Amino acid sequence: MAKERLLTCIVCPRGCQMKITLTDDGKVEAVEGNFCKRGVTYANDECTNPRRTVTSTVVCKSGGVAAVKTENTVPKGLVFEVMKAINAVVAPDDVTVGDVVIENVCGTGVNVVVTSNGPAK
Amino acid sequence: MKADLVIIGGGPAGMAAAVAAHEAGVRDIIILERDNALGGILRQCIHNGFGLHRFGEELTGPEYAYRYETMVKELGIPYMLDTMVIEVSENKIVTAMNRERGIFEIEAKAIILAMGCRERPKGALGIAGTRPAGIFTAGTAQKFVNMKGYMPGKQVVILGSGDIGLIMARRMTLEGARVMAVCELMPYSGGLARNIEQCLNDFNIPLRLSHTVVEIHGKERVEGVTIARVDENRRPIKESEEYIPCDTLLLSCGLIPENELTKGAGISLDRVTGGAVVDGERETEIPGVFACGNVLHVHDLVDYVSEESVIAGQAAAKYINGESEKALVARISVDGKVRYTVPQKITETADTEVYFRVANVYRDAKIIVKDGERVILSKKAQKLAPAEMEKVKLTSEMLSSLSGNEISFSIEV
Repeated sequence: MAKERLLTCIVCPRGCQMKITLTDDGKVEAVEGNFCKRGVTYANDECTNPRRTVTSTVVCKSGGVAAVKTENTVPKGLVFEVMKAINAVVAPDDVTVGDVVIENVCGTGVNVVVTSNGPAK
Repeated sequence: MKADLVIIGGGPAGMAAAVAAHEAGVRDIIILERDNALGGILRQCIHNGFGLHRFGEELTGPEYAYRYETMVKELGIPYMLDTMVIEVSENKIVTAMNRERGIFEIEAKAIILAMGCRERPKGALGIAGTRPAGIFTAGTAQKFVNMKGYMPGKQVVILGSGDIGLIMARRMTLEGARVMAVCELMPYSGGLARNIEQCLNDFNIPLRLSHTVVEIHGKERVEGVTIARVDENRRPIKESEEYIPCDTLLLSCGLIPENELTKGAGISLDRVTGGAVVDGERETEIPGVFACGNVLHVHDLVDYVSEESVIAGQAAAKYINGESEKALVARISVDGKVRYTVPQKITETADTEVYFRVANVYRDAKIIVKDGERVILSKKAQKLAPAEMEKVKLTSEMLSSLSGNEISFSIEV
C-alpha cells in the first residue's frame, strides 16, 4: 500500500505544507500542496536523500571569525562531519567573499566558501 | 554641513534606499551608520535563505549585505561609520557624533529613517526568579557566536519561537550545544514554517507551544528554568510546571522598531507597528522625512525590506526635486483580524502594494478590501499566520474610482 508523508518545504520562506505519496520502495509517486516545482525537487530529495546547506564560521589567523557556507547542499547525515571539518580550518585574515576554504568537504564534492570579507570586527 | 538626503542607518534598508535615490538622480547623499561597517544585522545572520525574491538566488546575510555594500561603493555614495545620530529635528536638522568630528549637524532637504529594530529585552518579560549570568537575547547570542566566535553556553532553553531564536537553536546545536526546548507562549509559532522544519525538527528539538518560562534558577550562572503550560488566557498552569536544567536562556520574544529619533522629531507612531504612520511613498507626517525597513514595521524577509526601501528612496528623490504635491486619497482601516497595514494611508492613485499582518492563524480565509461597503478586492488564502507578512496590490484603477476616502482591510473565515 502506498505510504503518505507530510513535509514542510524549506526551499523558500513560503514554507508549503506538502503531502507526499510514496511507493512501496520509498519513491515519490505524487506531491500535493506545493506552490511551485521546486517543491517537487525538494520532496524527491527529502524522501530519498535529504540534503542541507551548512552555514558556520571559521577562525581566522588573528583570532576573529569569518562566515562560511557549503556552496551547495550536502547530505543531511554528514552535517556534523562537515561542521567538524569547518571547525578544523584556520583561514587567512585576508579572506574575501567567495574564497574556498575547504575543497570537496567530507568527499561530498561540495566546497566550503567564505561569505564575509575577513574576520568580523 | 548640508546634504540633500541624509539616511540614518546603513543596514539593508538604508543601503537600498541610498541606491534607489542615487539611481533617481540624487547625488548629495550621506549614510550615517553607528556600527563599524555597513550591513546592519545581516552581518551576523550567517545562515542562508536571503535574496530569493530580490536576487533570485539563495544568499547568506553577509552576502546579501555585501551585494548592497558593493553597489553603494561603486556608485560612490558617501557614508560615515561609527557615527551615532542623536537627534532629528522637525525642520530636518540631523545631529550626530563620531570620534573625528565630535558633535555635528547636517541640514537635510530630505531624511530617510532606516534605523531598524531591537529585540524585546528580558526586563520587558517579567520572568520571576534570580538574575544570573547566562540570559541573552537571541540576537546577542547570534552576534557572540557568529561575529566574535564565543559560545554563550552549552545547555540551552529558548523562550519565544521568533525566527532568530529558531536559527540560534540550530546554530548552537551545530556548534556542540544541547538545546533542550523552545517554549512559545502562543499556540502557534512566531517564526517561519521552514525554520521550524530545518532548525528544530532536523535536530529533534522540541517546540513547546503554549508554554512559557515561569522561573529562572541559579545564583552566579543560570542552572535551570521552570517552564509551564499556559491556559487560553496565557496564564501559567501550576500543575504543569516542569524543571529543565540549562546554563543558558535565550530570548526570542519579538522585535521592536527603534524609533527614539522618530519620536524626538515629533512624528507620531502607529501603536500596532511601533513605527511611523506613512503613506504609500513611506513618507511620514513631516514632509520630506521617510521611513523604511524594520524601523517602520518588522519584516520577516529582508527582500521586502529592500523592496520597501526602494519606494522610500525614489520618493525622497521626488521630494528633493520638488515634485511632490500630495492629497489624501484614502486612509486604511483594519478589522482586528488584520492587525495593521503599511502604508496606513494613501496619497497617490498609482498602483500600491499594501503589506499587512494578521492577529491569529486563519485557514481557508479570504482577504477582503472594501471601499466603504463595496468590495474592491477579495483574495483567497489557504493559510494566514501572524509570523508571515502578507501583501496585496491596490491598482490605480481601484484607487482612482473610490467613492470615499476610507479603505478597510478585513479577513473572512
